[in-house]
Order: sequence, then C-alpha cells, then structure tokens
Amino acid sequence: MEILEEGSGELLGWHDPDEMRRWVLQNKSRELKDKTMDVKEAVSRFVHDGDVIAIGGFGHVRIPMALIYEIIRQKKRNLALLAKTAVHDADMLIASGCVSKVEVAYCFGHELRGLSPASRRAVETGRCKVVAEISNAGFQWRFLAAMMGVPFIPTRVMLGTDTLKHSSAKVVRDPFTGKPICLLPACYPDVAIIHVHRCDVYGNAQIDGILVEDFELARAARRLIVTTEEIVDNERIRDEPWRTVIPFFTVDAVCEVPFGSHPCEMPRMYFSDEEHIAEWLRLSRTDEGVQQYLEKYVYGVDNFEDYLELVGGVKKLNYLKKVEMLKAPMKAPWAKR
Amino acid sequence: MVERKVEYSSIELLASVASRMLEDKKSVFVGTGLPMVAAMLAQKTHAPNLLIVFEAGGIGPLIPVLPISVGDSRTFWKAVAASSMHDSMSISQAGHLDYGFLGAAQIDMYGNINTTVIGPWEKPKVRLPGSGGANDVGSLCHRTIIIMRQEKRKFVEKVTFLTTPGYLTGPGAREKAGLPEGTGPYRVITQLGVYGFDESTKRMKLISVHPGVTVEDVKANTGFELLIPEAVTETQPPSREELEILRKEIDPTGMVLGH
Repeated sequence: MEILEEGSGELLGWHDPDEMRRWVLQNKSRELKDKTMDVKEAVSRFVHDGDVIAIGGFGHVRIPMALIYEIIRQKKRNLALLAKTAVHDADMLIASGCVSKVEVAYCFGHELRGLSPASRRAVETGRCKVVAEISNAGFQWRFLAAMMGVPFIPTRVMLGTDTLKHSSAKVVRDPFTGKPICLLPACYPDVAIIHVHRCDVYGNAQIDGILVEDFELARAARRLIVTTEEIVDNERIRDEPWRTVIPFFTVDAVCEVPFGSHPCEMPRMYFSDEEHIAEWLRLSRTDEGVQQYLEKYVYGVDNFEDYLELVGGVKKLNYLKKVEMLKAPMKAPWAKR
Repeated sequence: MVERKVEYSSIELLASVASRMLEDKKSVFVGTGLPMVAAMLAQKTHAPNLLIVFEAGGIGPLIPVLPISVGDSRTFWKAVAASSMHDSMSISQAGHLDYGFLGAAQIDMYGNINTTVIGPWEKPKVRLPGSGGANDVGSLCHRTIIIMRQEKRKFVEKVTFLTTPGYLTGPGAREKAGLPEGTGPYRVITQLGVYGFDESTKRMKLISVHPGVTVEDVKANTGFELLIPEAVTETQPPSREELEILRKEIDPTGMVLGH
C-alpha cells in the first residue's frame, strides 16, 4: 500500500499482534478463580511505574476513582495516560505527578465546568508532556483493533488535519476504493482500570447504561483491574449471560468498592458530586491548593470508606442518589453567573 | 394592549437560532454545552422527533434536564438505545447522522476549527482539551453546525492548530484528503450573526445579523475577508415560549445560559 502521510506522534501501547498473542498465552489465565482483593493490593500488583494506562468510563461518568486515589497514594510515577475523554481522573493523576505523558483525545478540561487549572498548568510548564493527539473515535478504534488482534484499523476520521499530523496514525491509499484512508494502530494498554455496576468474584462484569468503549478497552488491555459497586453470585451472571460486558479471562483483579466512582457519576445509582468537584476546581488553581486537597482527601485517609465519610457520608450519598433519579435538583457551584 | 419587548441574552439568542436549524425527523450528533441546549430546545418545540445522538453511546434520548457531560445518564434518559462509542461513531461513519453540532475556540474562512492549542504545539501558550469527538463529528456528519463566540482573535486567517476539518484549503480538498463526499461545515452561529459557506469557493459568507448588530460590527470582529452578500437579513429573535423553555425547563441552574 502506498503511504501518503505519517503522523509524528509517539506510538503508545502498540505491539505486534503475534507478540501480544504470546503475551496472552503466557499471562492470561482461563481458570475460574477468585480474584477479589482490596484496591491497595490491586494497584501495587498490577500498576507499575512507566505503564501505559487507560481508564474506563467517560468524562465524569463511571470512573474508578478509588483506584485513582490509590495510585496517587502509592506515588506511581511516569505513567503514560491514554486520555480518551479523561477529565477528573486525568486532572487528579496529572496534578499529583503520577502521569508524565499523555496521548490526548480530550484532556485538561471538565466539560461544562470549564478547563482544568492543575493539569493545564502541568502541560503549559512542561511537567507533563503531550506526546500525541487523536480523536475520540480514533482512540476507541485503536482499542477495537487491539481486541480484534489486528495491527491497525482503517477509518475516515482525522484526515487532512493537524490532529493526524501529531497522531501515531498513517494515511495510505485504500486498495479497494483508491481513496486515502487513515490507519489507526492497535493500542494495548499495559493496564486498564474500569468501574462497573456488578461483577462476580471471577471478574464477569455487568454495566448498566452506555458502555462507552469499555467493551473494547477491557479486551485490549494487558492487565485489567475491575472495581465494582457490588460483588454478585456467579449464578446471577449465568442467569442473564447476555448482560456480561467484560468476561472473567480478561480480568486480573476484582475490588468491591461501593460508591467507587465518587465524586463522579454512576448511572442510575448516584449523580456526580458537583460541590466536591467545585472544591477541587477551586483548590487546584494553585500548586499549594492541590497539595491541600491531596493531604485532606487522599494521603490523609486510609481507605475509601473513610473518604466517603469525609465528603459528607450517608447524607451526601443519599442526596446524590436522589439527584441521579431526578428526585432532587442538581447544584452547579462552578456555573458562571 | 402594547406588546412588551422580549428581553433576552445573547447566549439565549444563540440557542434559539441554533435550535431552529435542526429539522424534525433528522438526526443530530451533539457536543457539550450550547449544542445540547439547542438540540433540547428543538426537541421541545418544532422538532419532537429529532434523533439526538451522543458520542459516548446515548441514542435517541428524551433529555429531561441539561446534561453536564455528553456521557452522563441524562444523555440516555428514555433513549431508544444506551449503546457505545463504537456504535455512535460507526453509524456516523456509515452516514446516518445528518447534522453535527460543535463549539470552537478558533475558526478560519474555510470553517476549519481549532480546539487543541493556542501557541506552538510543542510549547503551548494555552492548552485546550483537544479534539474529543469534534474531529469525528466534523469528518463524518453530513452537515456541521458550529456555535462559538466571535472576536477577531477567534475568527482568524489561519487556525494555529487544525483540529477538526472544515473545507481545509477550499473546493474539493475534503474529498482529496479522503473525507466522506458531500460533508463539511454548513452554518456558523455567533453572538453577532449567522454564516454559511459559498457554494463555489467554500469560503464563509454572512447570512444574517442579529437584531442591533451591523455588518460593520461583524467585519470589525472578523480576522479574515468575509464574503458579504448584497442582501443580509436580520435574525429572528427568540420567542417568549422559547425563552420560557430555555430558562425553566432546560437550564434552570444557569449552567450554560448563566441567567
């Protein structure tokens, strides 16, 4: 195939599909075994300095925050983040110094709430480096290529733009139509972390609502940590097998963490805690504020239960449940008025 | 009885103008912020059968209150499907999406958009969030509508980073790059006016100015040579009914409208 254009972005997470097959053969078990552990153990065993990491969910929705806090607490360093609409998670990981490079589809922003002061500061001062650009569809299709076990996937996005010039994609002449087409390289994260509604002890997981790209991501990642609102019996999974989004043989660790997405949303369970996010957005305007936040909510607590107590306990969580189900009005303390 | 003058903000006008562009029984790919407000307003007024699609997988929702994110649970409230990004993006690539709705930090005369960086990419002066789904929407939807604030430094001769394709360098450039046939920017809506693109040159042209805005105001806030037709119409202001729905039903907290 004639190569028409090549992006100059760093190729993160790519492996030859045969190398990946060998890795899977040697490292992924097909045994139904209990993989439950606490987040402390999961992070220390499966997240390593220098890993290429991807986080499930989308924006402030269904984010494995308990794992994010634990990664910060264990002071993991030089992580390369695949920022596929990474919002609060990315902001926290970059602000706390865990992430040193990013491939960006969407990062450094909080959607409607505005831009992220802390991670923007990090990238504008060079503490964190953007090594490649991509689009949201692009990232998701990189994971699709990986889960399919093929080296790349052809798409019609990014063509003609600087997004492509700074990506790891290549443009070739399509042998079927004769038109230029964008080839996105497969992306196998070293580790992916995903929060789900329910899961059995082996890792068979169900998600309510949109899947975003977690179906693909779970199968693309070399190692996968799943946190779950609740652990359910294997029979419940087998009663409705069509609801299984993530199958056990892709999963390395299962951690039960009720409210594990806080301050982010868990669809049909609890809404995002906008007051807490506003506090982060306010404090993270300065490096001192970031430290103050981390001391209080991350380093200063031992576990997620203590953290939930600190952010408002049962009263706050009940309120967030009501907001999610449209039974109480949401607050937007960050709104421009 | 004398009809009282309807008071509205420029952002409410933007939402109303944008919503009227969306036709009933068509599909629209919606981004965060004003695009959501406009699509909701269209659905609650003239386009009850507008098919709204969100990148994270919400397909055909009846949105109850303004979502904060294009992925939060309001984006698949009473939807026909709660699906995935692979699904939303694939149906766009296959041609099912009529309109795409985007915001922008910078735009040029061919409708190319920057949402990535101000200053050099290697050493950014201001780092913006990046493409997100914008490049995908601008590449794959049949017609793209852009809503943004107009100032000289935002309506520029050349975008500092071309995140999302407009007509690139002019007629035929999209197809030459491999983008789907017949796609591209359709309208640009700002606080000053509404713009389209000239059929033959693919350059931005003024269509209408908002009440109280002159063609001179428009020119003074544009950093490139804008095509000005002989007849420029005045934009229809928002109706009382639209304003009521915007303020009471869609954005009571003022997240986007800021009332």
